[in-house]
Amino acid sequence: MSAQSYGLIATFETPAAIYHAAEQVRDAGYKHWDCISPFPIHGLDKAMGLKRSIVPRFSLAGGITGFCTGMSLIWWTGAYDYKLIVGGKPFFSPMFAFPVSYELTILFTAFATIGGMLFLNGLPKHYHPVLKYEHIKRGMDDTFFLVIESRDPRFNLANTKGLLEKAGGRDIKELEA
Amino acid sequence: MAHLDNAATAPAILQELKPAVLPRAVLVSNNRSFSWITEKICSLIEGKTPAWWWVCFVVACFVASFTVAGITYLVSTGVGVWGHANPVNWAWDIVNFVFWIGIGHAGTLISAILCLLRQKWRTSINRAAEAMTIFAVVCAAIFPVFHVGRVWYAWYLFPIPNSNAIWQNFRSPLEWDVFAVSTYGTVSVLFWYVGLIPDLAVLRDRFYAAGNKLRSFLYGFFALGWRGSNRHWSNYEMAYLILAGISTPLVLSVHTIVSFDFAVSLLPGWHTTIFPPYFVAGAIFSGFGMVLTLMLPLRAIYHMEDLITQYHIDCMCKITLATGTIVGYAYSMEFFIAWYGANPYEGFAFINRAFGHYAWAYWIMITCNVITPQFFWFKKVRENTTLVWVLSIFVNVGMWFERFVIIVTSLARDFLPSSWGYYSPSIVEIFTFFGTFGVFSVLFLLFIRFLPIMPMAELKAVTPQADPHAGHDHH
Repeated sequence: MSAQSYGLIATFETPAAIYHAAEQVRDAGYKHWDCISPFPIHGLDKAMGLKRSIVPRFSLAGGITGFCTGMSLIWWTGAYDYKLIVGGKPFFSPMFAFPVSYELTILFTAFATIGGMLFLNGLPKHYHPVLKYEHIKRGMDDTFFLVIESRDPRFNLANTKGLLEKAGGRDIKELEA
Repeated sequence: MAHLDNAATAPAILQELKPAVLPRAVLVSNNRSFSWITEKICSLIEGKTPAWWWVCFVVACFVASFTVAGITYLVSTGVGVWGHANPVNWAWDIVNFVFWIGIGHAGTLISAILCLLRQKWRTSINRAAEAMTIFAVVCAAIFPVFHVGRVWYAWYLFPIPNSNAIWQNFRSPLEWDVFAVSTYGTVSVLFWYVGLIPDLAVLRDRFYAAGNKLRSFLYGFFALGWRGSNRHWSNYEMAYLILAGISTPLVLSVHTIVSFDFAVSLLPGWHTTIFPPYFVAGAIFSGFGMVLTLMLPLRAIYHMEDLITQYHIDCMCKITLATGTIVGYAYSMEFFIAWYGANPYEGFAFINRAFGHYAWAYWIMITCNVITPQFFWFKKVRENTTLVWVLSIFVNVGMWFERFVIIVTSLARDFLPSSWGYYSPSIVEIFTFFGTFGVFSVLFLLFIRFLPIMPMAELKAVTPQADPHAGHDHH
């Protein structure tokens, strides 16, 4: 069985170079493509035409769950399951339940944020065609790559290669799937 | 484009006046390249273990064994081996707990609050400061867990169903503290780990290229298959920002709740509303003291002067000065309110602190916490790293004594003169506390040996060449 092509990868030396290349690939109408960089480049999301991340929705859901968990835990244990008079204080009050609910809000938000981020990114994923690229080590260090996947409807080996060349990409290689 | 927009919206007067553009402080000196940063930080992990590391590690393990010995004796004998006796039933255990938790707070302040305030100078020190937070929480947790006496019942602190079908008392600030500290520890670890993911990927690929399959596998396992994708960076940066956003109220709430352990009681000297802000300021003060104590030797040993610049030291000294002054203000305000409140018990508690049996501790506290930071007003002092390091030690000592003064003096002189007492620690307590510095050092040494001590991706992002608009800028 011959190795299937995952797509084309091109190398760029500077953040400015990949920034302008990303703008061109975006304007050419590609959908399944990505930039690989050792650090987040300011403004590259816009250059790629990415929408604002939806991680905050996970965080909000986590926070609400955490707060409700705290309040209901304290109500259920203290005012429902086993009522116990301590210091003449009420069985339940949102006042004394607040500190614990506040902490659980933060705890659940943290888990939901990280879980949501990993879910949206499809991580953990230890096997990926990009990671098999021989120069990927430099992509973690000081070099920038632009990858266009072959499953993109506009993908055409010759045209896409031409676009990457025009955008200033060097070392344009095919990636095995 | 953004620059042109700014020019269009700027007030017209600026066009006429043409104010001078102040140069921004350089965060990475000598215009270092991206790969210089990678090489510099990874070489610390990839190189041969230096001899000084082994020396420090062996010494740290020896010191840590004091905690192990102290706790083993405590568990096998009973909590009576500590010097606690009526009326002082909280002493070094809670002093040490608050001391270590407070130290942790500077790490979160650096990683979270300064991130939200866009203080980019935090970048080079945030990883080590977060590690400090986690290890400080570990040391702190030892004390409340073991002071319960029968440590095998420590899980009663958490709402887990037990055979008595009874639940925790959520009206008590001590129970709030359980949630505050465990949330703080968990979120600190998560925040630290999320920051590490891209850097672990760097190490994965470097060890793979060097043919070290085992270490490549281990770093790679925890790197989760990170590949530097910008679609990932987009979600990652948002998640990081949210974690910073929630860690900020978290760090403020943790020491607030720690102060509730005292403030919600009725004991004179504890029952005051100034405690939450005063404890938070003190925690940040002590934490920055510890950051300076740790970072200055690290900077010298690893020749990190290009990454931890004089500007960083200046910033840290100034925060120490600001928070130390807030702490000094809180001390005087406590005295003022004790007099102004006209409560004789409250008034006695404070006169007793300053002039009673524990006056020696009180004046050590005042000297170290109020006078020491005032030296940081002077640029000459801030530029003398040896002196800064010595002063940071005084801050650490002073903040330990602050907790001692608050806890022990108030308890030793409670409402009934017939039960007054004088507390002295037993040798077991001294050993246990002394050993925690070893526990902390062992963990910190392992961290600087096996993990990147600075966030490479973040450092690269604050260099001038990381700006995609560099070269044709108008600012």
